Amino acid sequence: MSYIRPSFRHPNAQANAKGYTREDYEGALSTLCAGCGHDSVSSAIIQSTFELSIEPHRVAKISGIGCSSKTPTYFLGKSHGFNSVHGRMPSVATGASMANRDLLYVGVSGDGDSASIGLGQFGHIARRNLNMSYIVENNGCYGLTKGQDSATTDIGSKSKKGEPNPYEPIDLCALALQLGATFVARSFSGDKDQLVPLIKAAMSHNGFAFIDVISPCVTFNNTAASSKGYEFVRDHMQATGKIDFVPVRSEITANYPAGFSEEITLHDGSVIHLYKDDKLDCTDRNSAMNAIAEFKDKGQVLTGLLYVDPDSSDFHKTQQTVSQPLCSLNENDLCPGARALGAINASLR
Amino acid sequence: MKSIEAVNEFVIRFANVNGTGSASANAMFAKSIFRMGVPVSPKNIFPSNIQGLPTWYEVRVSEKNYLGRRGGVDITVAVNPQSMAQDMSDLNPGGFFIYDNTKALDLRLQRDDINLVGIPLTDICRREYTQARQRQLFKNVIYVGALAALLDIDFSVLKDLVGAQFKGKDKLVASNIHALELGYQYAQENFSCPLSIRLERRDLIGDRVMLEGNDALALGAVYGGATVVPWYPLTPSTSVIEGFEKYANRLRIDPGSGDRRFCVAQAEDELAAIGMVIGASWNGARAFTATSGPGLSLMAEFLGLAYFAEVPAVLFDIQRAGPSTGMPTRTQQSDIFAAAYASHGDSKHVLLIPADPKECFDMSADSFDLAERLQTPVIVMSDLDLGMNDNLCAPLEWDDNREYDRGKVLSAEDLDNMSERYGRYLDVDGDGICYRTLPGTHPDKGAFFTRGTSRNEYAVYTEFGDAYVKNMERLNAKMETAKSYVPGPVSYQAAKKTRDGVIFYGSSTDASLEALDLLAAQDLHLDALRLRAFPFSKEVTDFIDSHDRIFVVEQNRDGQMRKLLIIECDLNPKKLLSVVHYDGMPMTALGVSRHIAEILGKNNVTPLRKRKAGAKA
Repeated sequence: MSYIRPSFRHPNAQANAKGYTREDYEGALSTLCAGCGHDSVSSAIIQSTFELSIEPHRVAKISGIGCSSKTPTYFLGKSHGFNSVHGRMPSVATGASMANRDLLYVGVSGDGDSASIGLGQFGHIARRNLNMSYIVENNGCYGLTKGQDSATTDIGSKSKKGEPNPYEPIDLCALALQLGATFVARSFSGDKDQLVPLIKAAMSHNGFAFIDVISPCVTFNNTAASSKGYEFVRDHMQATGKIDFVPVRSEITANYPAGFSEEITLHDGSVIHLYKDDKLDCTDRNSAMNAIAEFKDKGQVLTGLLYVDPDSSDFHKTQQTVSQPLCSLNENDLCPGARALGAINASLR
Repeated sequence: MKSIEAVNEFVIRFANVNGTGSASANAMFAKSIFRMGVPVSPKNIFPSNIQGLPTWYEVRVSEKNYLGRRGGVDITVAVNPQSMAQDMSDLNPGGFFIYDNTKALDLRLQRDDINLVGIPLTDICRREYTQARQRQLFKNVIYVGALAALLDIDFSVLKDLVGAQFKGKDKLVASNIHALELGYQYAQENFSCPLSIRLERRDLIGDRVMLEGNDALALGAVYGGATVVPWYPLTPSTSVIEGFEKYANRLRIDPGSGDRRFCVAQAEDELAAIGMVIGASWNGARAFTATSGPGLSLMAEFLGLAYFAEVPAVLFDIQRAGPSTGMPTRTQQSDIFAAAYASHGDSKHVLLIPADPKECFDMSADSFDLAERLQTPVIVMSDLDLGMNDNLCAPLEWDDNREYDRGKVLSAEDLDNMSERYGRYLDVDGDGICYRTLPGTHPDKGAFFTRGTSRNEYAVYTEFGDAYVKNMERLNAKMETAKSYVPGPVSYQAAKKTRDGVIFYGSSTDASLEALDLLAAQDLHLDALRLRAFPFSKEVTDFIDSHDRIFVVEQNRDGQMRKLLIIECDLNPKKLLSVVHYDGMPMTALGVSRHIAEILGKNNVTPLRKRKAGAKA
C-alpha cells in the first residue's frame, strides 16, 4: 500500500458533461495490499461513473465485510456509503432502494461475503431484481483472515498454504442466471478495457446487474497453482466478445472492426455494442448458462457480458410504488388523519 | 348443589377443534356482549396447528371492568371430545357444562357438583344440512344461538352482527340467522332460560373500541408514516404486517396514479428484514418490521450495527413462549433481556411497552419519532396475548397538527450555512445525539461512510482507543438523554399508606390491577407502578426508593424485568421480589393475588424469630 497519494492532477483535466473532473470521483487512499486486484476495480468504478457523468452524490455505495467490502471508501468520496455486516449487503441495499428509488446503488462484495455467509441474501436479491449494480471482487480466498479457501475456489486450486481445495466451487454467474438476474457478466480486474464498459452497462441497466470480477489476492492466492491468480486467469480467460458501451447522449464515432454482430439497446436508450462469436446469444438465459458450463469443462474462464434482459423491469415496478422516492413523502402524503381514524374507531365498536 | 349465580360477571370457555370455523362464531359471541354494553375480554388459546388439535376461547365478562384473566371457569361449551375430560374438571363447582348430547356423555365423565346442559348439536346439523362442511360450520353458530337463550343475549344484537359480517351476501345472512334460531329455540324449549348466570344490558362501554394489539400497531405505523415494511412470517407477529398492508391499501394509495405510497416486501429471513429496515432508515424513510423471539435472536447482529452506527430502526417484538421454538402460539414476556441487550459488545436498546391497543397505536406512531430523534433502534415489546386477542380500550386518537419528528437531519441548506467542518459523530448539542445527513442531499458536503467499525467524530475509521472510548461514552450519554424522551411509568396509589409496591408492565397490567383490588379486599395494600419504557427514568427509581419491598410481576421464568431493574438501577436484589407466571397462558388475577398474599403473610410472621442459616425460605 502507499502512504501518500500524489496531489498532482493534470492541469487540463477535462470535466464531464456534469462539470465534474475525474478527481471528484476518487475516494480515500486504499489500505489494501500493493497490487491488489480490488484497487483496479475501484479505479474502474471511478472511470465508469466519471465517463457516465453520474453526479457523485446521487450514488449510494453499500458493502458487507471483507477486503472487497472495504473498497467503497476508496472511490466516490462524495457519495454516502454503508459498510454493513458480513454477507448482508443485499438486504441493506434493498431497504435503501425501497426508500429512495432515485439514487444509483453500487454494491461491492466478495466471494466470502456473497458465496458463503451471504449466499442466501445474494440469491434473493437476484430474484427480487433490485435496481442496482452488484460487483463481486472474487479472489477465491479469505484475505482479511489470512488466506483460507472460499466457496468460489476451484477444485484442486492451491493458495499460498499449498493444500489443494477439495470442494466444488460455487459459480456466482451461473447462480445469478438461474435465480433470475437480468444482467450477468464476468470480468477480470486486470482487464480494464473490458471491465469499464461492463460496469457502465450494469449501471445503466434497469434491474439487478451482477458482475463477477476475478480479482487476484496478491498476498494469499496468487500462486502458480491457483486458478484465481493473475497468471492463470490471463492464460485461461476467454471473452464472450469485445464490448463497447455507448450512453444515449453520445454520438457513435468509433469505427467498429469487422466481426461486429450485435447492438443491445437498454431502457434509457443507451446501447451495448458487442463484437462476439456466434455461439452466445446474450439475450438468451439458457445460451449463457450453457456457455458458462461449456467453458468450465474446457478449463477456461468465460468473461464478458453473459446475459442481459434489456426490457427488464425492477422491484419498484413489481411493488407498484409511487414514482417519487418514499423517503421524500411527508405527513400530508402519508398520514390519513383524525377523520379517517374516527371512521376506523366506529368500525371497531 | 348450589349453582353459580352471576349477572354480567363470569368466565365462559369454549372448547373446540382447530380449523372447524369456531373462531368466528366465538368472536361473534364476545362481540354481542360488547354490543350489550358490558365489558368483555376474550382470549384465543390456540395450538400451533392448522387443523385438528384442541383450541379454546375464554371470555371474561365483567361489569366491574376487569379485563385480565380471572382464573377458573363458570361455563364450559364443550364441543371437542379430545379435551372433554380436562374441560369438565376445569369447571368451577356450581358451573354449567354445555355439551353435545347427540351421543351420551362418557360414563367416566361424572361430577355431581356441576350442571349438565345437553344440546344435540350433531343431530340438529344432520337434520338440517346435507353437506359435511355446513354441518361442521353451523354447529358453532347453533351453540351461539343456544347461548343467546341460556344467557339472555339480545337476539337482535346477534342478527346485526351476522348482517355486518356477511354484508352483501344475503344468502349467508339468512342461513346464519336460521342456525342461530335453531339453537335459540332448542334451548328455550328444553331449559328454563335464562340460567342463573346471565347477562343484562348495560351502558358501560362508553366510546371504547375493541381490537387486537397487532392491528393497532399496524395502524400506528400507517399514521406514523412508515413506508418501508420488510418482514418474514412468524407467529404471533404476522398479523401486524397483514394489518399494515390492509390499512395501507385502503389509506395509502396515490389518488392520481393508483400506485402505492408504501412498500411491503416479504424477505428471505429475519436478518434480511431488519437489514432492509436499517437500509431504508439510513436512506431517510420510516421503516419497521415485526417479529417474535426467534426472529429477534436472528436480528441481534444487525441491531448492534444500528446501535453503533446510529441508524434509526423500528422493530415490533410480539413475544411468545421461548426458549427456542418454545410454545409458538402461547404468550410470554420473555424477550426482555434479548431485546434490551440485543447483540454483542456493549449494546443497549430503547424499549417501549404497551399495555392495551390504544397504547400499541400510540407507541407504534411514537416509535418512529423516537428512533429518528435518538438515531437508534426502538423495539416495541408486545406479546401474543395483547397482539392477537381482541382487547377493549379507549378510542384511537390522532392530532392533525402533529408533525413527524425527523430528528437531527441536515438539509443541503444547513450544510451550505455551516462554517465549521461537518462531523457525523460530533456531539454539537451535548445530548449525545449528533447530526446526520441523508444520501443524495448535497453535491459535495456532508457525505460520510456509515460503518460498524470504530471511527472518529468525523466518521473516519480509527483504532485509537481514546476515540473509541469517547464514542462509547457518548452513546451512553445518548441513552441518558433517551430517558427523558421515552414515555414515563404510570403510578397507582393504594387506598392506605404502604411501604410495599408492585411493578408490572405490558399485558400483565389487567390481571395485576385486579389482583391489587383482591388484595385490598384482604386489607393488603400496595402502591403500583406500570413500566412503559426502557431505559428506566428517574420516576422508576424514585418509586423503588420510596418503598421497602417491591413485587415485580411478569410472565417469564427468570424475572427478567426484575433483574434488568437490579442491573440498571443498581439495586439491592433482596428488595425486589419476583412474582412470575409463565405457563404460556395469560396470567390470572387470582394467581397474582394469591402469590403476593402468600409472601406478605409469610413476611408478616418471619421477622419475629431469625431463621437458621441454610433453612429454606
